[in-house]
Amino acid sequence: TTKFDLLIETIVKDANVLHTLVDDLHIEKLILQIGSSPMPSHETIPIPIEFYQYKDSIENDIQQADLVISHAGAGTILQTLEANKPLLVVINEQLMNNHQLEIAHVMEKQGYLYYCTCATLAETLKKLVNHRFEQYEKGNPLLFGRYLNEIMTE
Amino acid sequence: MDVTFINRSRHVGQSYISSVFTTLWAFFTVIPFVYRIRPKLILINGPGTCIPIVIASLLLSILFLIRRPKIVFVESICRVQSLSLTGKILQYLPVNILVQWPQLTERYPKTQYIGRLV
Repeated sequence: TTKFDLLIETIVKDANVLHTLVDDLHIEKLILQIGSSPMPSHETIPIPIEFYQYKDSIENDIQQADLVISHAGAGTILQTLEANKPLLVVINEQLMNNHQLEIAHVMEKQGYLYYCTCATLAETLKKLVNHRFEQYEKGNPLLFGRYLNEIMTE
Repeated sequence: MDVTFINRSRHVGQSYISSVFTTLWAFFTVIPFVYRIRPKLILINGPGTCIPIVIASLLLSILFLIRRPKIVFVESICRVQSLSLTGKILQYLPVNILVQWPQLTERYPKTQYIGRLV
């Protein structure tokens, strides 16, 4: 897992982000997986916040969510898209490799999610109002099995 | 089920120069293992740790010590615009390279797209 302190801070402290979440998107509760990042103070937040460091599986939290905001990890992105949940991916500009950008970019281009940075989080959240994402189609591992059959009987 | 551990070719963040030496070392330690197993099919992905296995199996087959196995490398779904270093290296070897995004096959004609697997 990778640290992304700035994302946690932005969600919890940025007034514009909170305003868009609560007033425009009608979010009623926040659940944060913070990993090893510190949890900022949050008494002034108008909606209940639940947070934890790690869980064996965040599958349940994803299933219960109306919106998922995450870093650009391929695993999380695929898991969320396969659960057909609206997804906003936040790129960590402090990470050196541009990898994150590639998969977020192509997924956005195909209409499966939006991506942004911490600085543009509030304005990108606004794009989610009344927005329908394209339905994501899972990959098919059977194709791999079929392929292996073919090459082994060549 | 038999599980064997092999040496890494390169640790995360390791310099590429020193990686040449660790890869060579991994290669030598893996030769007896490949000779014992005599694989017919090798499935690999991701990091360069797979390269010594590939080279060892090709070398042993050139020396007629084993039959040349089919080798399939599945590139990461994160690779949209460019191949990983491992993928780039494997292009020059008799390895089937499967990518998860069709646009890569235009840039790297030796690769194949058979659909998204993940």
